[in-house]
Amino acid sequence: MSEPEPILSCRDVSIRYKVGDFKNIGLKEWVMRRLTGRYKVIDFWADRDISFSLGKGDMLGIIGTNGAGKSTLLKAVSGIMEPTKGRIVRKGKVSALLELGSGFDGDLNVKENAYLRGAMLGYTRKFMDETYPYIIDFSELKDFEDRPFKQLSSGMKSRLAFAIASLVKPEILILDEVLAVGDGAFRAKSEAKMREIIKGGATTILVTHSIGQVRAMCNKVLWLDKGRQVEFTDDVNGCCNRYEAFLAGRPK
Amino acid sequence: MLGKLKRHQFLFEELVKRDFKKKYKRTILGMGWSMLAPLLMLLVMKVVFEQFFGRTVNHYTTYLFCGLLTFNWFSESTNSGMRSLFTNAGIFSKVNVPKYLFLFSVNIQVLLNFALTLIVFFVFCAIDHVPFTWRLLCLAYPIATLLLFNLGIGMVLSALFIFFRDIDYLWTVALQLIMYGSAVFYTVDKFPPNVQLVFSLNPVYRHIAYIREIVLGGTIPSLSTHLTLLGVAVAAFLAGAFMYKRYNTKFLYYV
Repeated sequence: MSEPEPILSCRDVSIRYKVGDFKNIGLKEWVMRRLTGRYKVIDFWADRDISFSLGKGDMLGIIGTNGAGKSTLLKAVSGIMEPTKGRIVRKGKVSALLELGSGFDGDLNVKENAYLRGAMLGYTRKFMDETYPYIIDFSELKDFEDRPFKQLSSGMKSRLAFAIASLVKPEILILDEVLAVGDGAFRAKSEAKMREIIKGGATTILVTHSIGQVRAMCNKVLWLDKGRQVEFTDDVNGCCNRYEAFLAGRPK
Repeated sequence: MLGKLKRHQFLFEELVKRDFKKKYKRTILGMGWSMLAPLLMLLVMKVVFEQFFGRTVNHYTTYLFCGLLTFNWFSESTNSGMRSLFTNAGIFSKVNVPKYLFLFSVNIQVLLNFALTLIVFFVFCAIDHVPFTWRLLCLAYPIATLLLFNLGIGMVLSALFIFFRDIDYLWTVALQLIMYGSAVFYTVDKFPPNVQLVFSLNPVYRHIAYIREIVLGGTIPSLSTHLTLLGVAVAAFLAGAFMYKRYNTKFLYYV
């Protein structure tokens, strides 16, 4: 079987974090610890030798317990982080919807924040001018347009974030727990929108703790445990079954 | 780098707008205050120091203002530049954008503040009967080099600030030393030559001296002065650019 050229491929990707004393200690303390030899830094491998490749239209679900290295891997795929070892090859524009609610400015109002976020995601001003009415409409924030952001509820914030982010038409789309946005009614709306984007042919990576979502939407699955790759397969149901068995058998 | 800047122009504009709104809190008084603050400082220094130095220096108010204007710009630019990267950690840890945008954006806001103070400065020059000549146009030169210098120092400090959060205390002390070493309110010609040499090693002082020579002396400084200012500014900028390039992907681990 000849595989079409992959849109996204990760080969033996390892990512190392440094943990230990080095953070927040300040210059004076750093110098002191260096001098007295008490400066300790421990290497921590968040991801080790992860390999997978995705073709056009593939939808990959990444599953694993907390601390398995899922979010770190996504940061490397989106280009925010460099892998310590290994190579990531991307063909096309990557859009990452990571932790939607954060990164807004509390002093700016809804409109200003919408434009700032749009700019961050690489949209043009013209595009924002055109789509802003739609964004406000979709996020149901018409009455709050001029409010400073710190006065909004967190649900409203993520609604706005989702409305802006869902305008992307990338080749590679990265979703980190974003399907769970807003209350019941909005959730249905956002899931429908999400499906629409995925149907647009984007290669998608979905990180979620909901096995149901993975079974329903993904055609490939990557299971990580403590930074190591347990499985990468297109046998989604089988892998999900084994993962559920693993979760059930895990000592509490 | 310019091509990249073009691509991120929209983001840059939005960042500049945000920094303005946050700084002035959407008030007219906010802008007025940032002009008033240096004037109050000028007034205090004039009252205190004119007794000591006013007798020997012509146009002492203007002499003082030259120093204050320049030093304040340097101090404000490096201080807010230092924090620019850290306060935007929420952005660069989520999307892949060039990190110097944050520093440049905040410097545009500081530059405008400086421009407003500069206007007030010219008004004071007129009141102080300082002759206006075409040579004042040469002020563009030290302003350009100091801007470059500020950006360079800002890059170095903002990178360091990510790693060592106590840099701001140290920088406050350093700024104080630089201020006293910049002859803002006194003259250096009474010092022995070796002390004067120490002054000449201070880039901020060199800029102040250049501006005074134009405004009060009415003469254009020598070519070597021009080259020194440019050299120092370029060196600072390259040092900053090197830090940003080297630690570009490492900042993330520290925020």
